[in-house]
Amino acid sequence: MTVTTATRPAISVSGLRKSFGDKVVLDGIDLVVTEGTVFSLLGPNGAGKTTMVRILSTLVPAGGGSIRVAGHDLAKEPDAVRAAIGVTGQFSAVDNLLTGEENLKLMADLHHLGRVDGRRRIAQLVERFDLGEMARKPASVYSGGMRRRLDLAMTLVGEPRLIFLDEPTTGLDPRSRHAMWQIIRGLVADGVTIFLTTQYLDEADQLADRIAVLDHGRIVVEGTPDELKSRIPGGHILLRFGDPTALHTAARVLAAAQIDDDALTLQVPSDGDVRSLRAVLDRLDDAQIEVDRLSIHTPDLDDVFFAFTGTPVTAATADATTGGNR
Amino acid sequence: MTSLAYTLTDSATMFRRQLRHIQRYPSLTGMLIGMPVVLLLLFVYVFGETLGAGLPGGGGDRSAYVNYLVPGLLLFAASGAAQGTAISMAMDMTEGIIDRFRTMAISRASVLTGHVLGSLLQTALCMAVLLGVALAIGFRPTATPLEWLAAAGVLLAAGFALTWLSVALGLISDSVETASNTPMFLILLPFLGSGFVPTDTMPTVLRWFADYQPFTPVTETLRGLLLGSGIGASALISLAWCAVISLLSYLWAKRAFRRRAAR
Repeated sequence: MTVTTATRPAISVSGLRKSFGDKVVLDGIDLVVTEGTVFSLLGPNGAGKTTMVRILSTLVPAGGGSIRVAGHDLAKEPDAVRAAIGVTGQFSAVDNLLTGEENLKLMADLHHLGRVDGRRRIAQLVERFDLGEMARKPASVYSGGMRRRLDLAMTLVGEPRLIFLDEPTTGLDPRSRHAMWQIIRGLVADGVTIFLTTQYLDEADQLADRIAVLDHGRIVVEGTPDELKSRIPGGHILLRFGDPTALHTAARVLAAAQIDDDALTLQVPSDGDVRSLRAVLDRLDDAQIEVDRLSIHTPDLDDVFFAFTGTPVTAATADATTGGNR
Repeated sequence: MTSLAYTLTDSATMFRRQLRHIQRYPSLTGMLIGMPVVLLLLFVYVFGETLGAGLPGGGGDRSAYVNYLVPGLLLFAASGAAQGTAISMAMDMTEGIIDRFRTMAISRASVLTGHVLGSLLQTALCMAVLLGVALAIGFRPTATPLEWLAAAGVLLAAGFALTWLSVALGLISDSVETASNTPMFLILLPFLGSGFVPTDTMPTVLRWFADYQPFTPVTETLRGLLLGSGIGASALISLAWCAVISLLSYLWAKRAFRRRAAR
């Protein structure tokens, strides 16, 4: 495959607004997603991520603003947009009464693939998504991770060049989550553009070329993962000591540390990499200080929100149930 | 391929999906087939002798009542199947798969068309089984092949109207439970018409309703075609009812599908 210098936007949105009744869900969104890249929309439940995906994937009309997806005007040529995209939502979109294979066949038929092409594609996807024997069982008996894989496999039957993934790993166990990440990386390697929503900073960090943080219907910050992380102060090493003497000696040795006398702990700013961790431990060793316990705190969504909105994830936002996302 | 050809292909695909559903959810189909058969046996063997005696002309018996009962019961079978249609439509709407279809470049109508075709097949199956049992226990129609064909046409028209109506009812239901309850009135209508007893035995208000509600002319038309009783204006009135109900329900269903999906 040839490497193309992709500069054409796969998605461009300006001034997007949407409200349900008098509740404003999206309040003037501008964003550009470059072809062949992974763009991640990061935000807590109820921030408007799902609404954003539902609008961009033609499910819900926008309230205002201009949107182009895959080179087509979303409002004027929804069918041309549909032909170019694939969507895997956070709510499973598989037919529970059909087997995995039949679900894939249904997609092949709706994409008007011929009998031979359809069969070949289904066999490839069953193999790639590790469905194996289960492909012949009804989807209703699938585990969460497997159902999500089938869901994505169904999306890929039509070989879309732009894929929307709405919280693809929410509710999955760590192993299924990593499997899903591997699959997403594979798609990126094939040159597919991905619009990913997530509530996990590490997921956006692992996968995205650019991250936009969505809060209460507005984008509060946008940039590469490194740009964002460099502006988040939340990462630190937490050291606990056996007695106040050790604590205070350590505090003198590690100048930039924050001390807590009651808990006998020190917070040392760190981005969590091994080199800085080793440096801290070496200095403590040199001073012959015993550390009772050590933990590493990496920045999470709370830190992102605190850094860019000045407030933690609010209860109202975090409590918004999945029902509010529909 | 043209867009019409795509519409047909997509509808055929959705129809195959419904066939699989019928196959994978046999308890629903079983119930829909079983209910009219149970009613047939109940009315013939428990009430048949008494009800037969009350038929116009007098002196009828169980065997006369079988002949009177079957046309109305065929419509009852269609009403019952309509309940199944509403349930399966509502089941579809509560699952994410419809959203997937809506993000694909496929004909929107094909989802509903698939349901309607699947349901018509299910309805035909219910009627065929009922007819088979009825023939086995003494139903003796006098119809010529042409009359049989006409009767099948009338049943198809009625089934078509009921199916679109129940698709619309399924679409406006918030849950599968609601969808299984709303079409209940359709099951009562054959009773409140000429399906089980002649309407002139009913009190005035009820008789007025029974004479003018759509199930009665359809029942009378079927009775005329299958057993040679007078049809009169019933055929025309029946077809008019079926056409109007089909058209209105189709428009209603289309609108409900669009609105429901845009949430």
